[in-house]
Amino acid sequence: MKNQDFEFLAGLLKDKSGLMLTPDKVYLLESRLTPLARKRGLDTLDALVMKLRTSRDDSLIKDVTEAMTTNESFFFRDNTPFDIFKNHVLPAMEKARTTKRLRIWCAAASTGQEPYSLAILLKEQWAKWQNWNIEIVGTDICTQVLEKAKAGAYSQFEVQRGLPIQMLIKYFKQEGDVWRINDDIKNMVKYRPFNLLDSFGMLGSFDVIYCRNVLIYFDQPTKKDVLERMSNTLAKDGTLFLGAAETVLGITDTLRPVRGQRGMYVPSGGNAEELMGLK
Amino acid sequence: MKLCLVVDDSKVIRKVARRILEELNFEIEEAVDGQDALDACDRNLPDVVLLDWNMPVMDGLEFLKAIRAKDGIEQPVVVFCTTENDMSHIRTAIEAGANEYIMKPFDREIIEAKFTQVGLI
Repeated sequence: MKNQDFEFLAGLLKDKSGLMLTPDKVYLLESRLTPLARKRGLDTLDALVMKLRTSRDDSLIKDVTEAMTTNESFFFRDNTPFDIFKNHVLPAMEKARTTKRLRIWCAAASTGQEPYSLAILLKEQWAKWQNWNIEIVGTDICTQVLEKAKAGAYSQFEVQRGLPIQMLIKYFKQEGDVWRINDDIKNMVKYRPFNLLDSFGMLGSFDVIYCRNVLIYFDQPTKKDVLERMSNTLAKDGTLFLGAAETVLGITDTLRPVRGQRGMYVPSGGNAEELMGLK
Repeated sequence: MKLCLVVDDSKVIRKVARRILEELNFEIEEAVDGQDALDACDRNLPDVVLLDWNMPVMDGLEFLKAIRAKDGIEQPVVVFCTTENDMSHIRTAIEAGANEYIMKPFDREIIEAKFTQVGLI
């Protein structure tokens, strides 16, 4: 790919989604956009770039952004953030929220595995939560992945990555080649398309936020901006989970890591650790 | 190092499973059917059994029932690994005492995920 084409695409993606594309990711552009070019009846990636440069076709720009920001997802990915949720966050919230209201935001919900994993954990101890008003909001910049999330239908391959077999038996139905998540789990999650560069105002405030493996694609000022706005929407005793390769350290002081709990961050002024018995 | 007994009548599957599991730091023994697997368990009890369902002589489910019926042994973790991919087979296996269930085809990620879930990794 020509240098100026790379720079053009990188600039476009940064502009539309915050995605930071470094030159070592050229292969990613080629592997993800070549199929898109063909789907659009264009022979090569060069032709796609030419089309983008000359026509400013909004639906094409959207497809390019979605193709580049889509991430692989699986159930209970990395385990730890879900163990912490079950063992520390939920018991603390059960005590602290006398309003019996709990709001969880999966900020990069992708194809739904993360929000559904959280819904399943809640369902596993439903006697405690059945009288609560619990909202799990799943957002993603890519509407295509959200359609899949809403359908709650997964391939045999997808349900085997991270999902214990007991949970497959309990919470899924088999429909031919497809494993579909049960309606009572599906109905616990509300999906909506959302760009993290936009204002969080309409989303309301949250007790728990999962925003994993998104910040790695942003540059430093965008990371800072997103993290600080997240800390504003997070309850004082709330919890933020980032991906294993991400941190708040050196980016913002509004959040701090919880010692010994990988990927877990809390508002700097808050008392979340005490509440969760992690101090 | 944990010992994994790979039970499958297909040499190719045994070889693929062996390669993946050795990379995950398991010591491997192989058996070609349920009876062969029972004999292997008598000689050297494994920590985990990766178990095919359909095999000549003795199938995987019969092996599972036989091993679970044994008293006085440290029961191994049993992970089914089979092309049988319908809910009724899965339920039958779990009710008979299987700890996890892999539907073929599998890859390294699936093996790793399932072995992690049962606490072997």
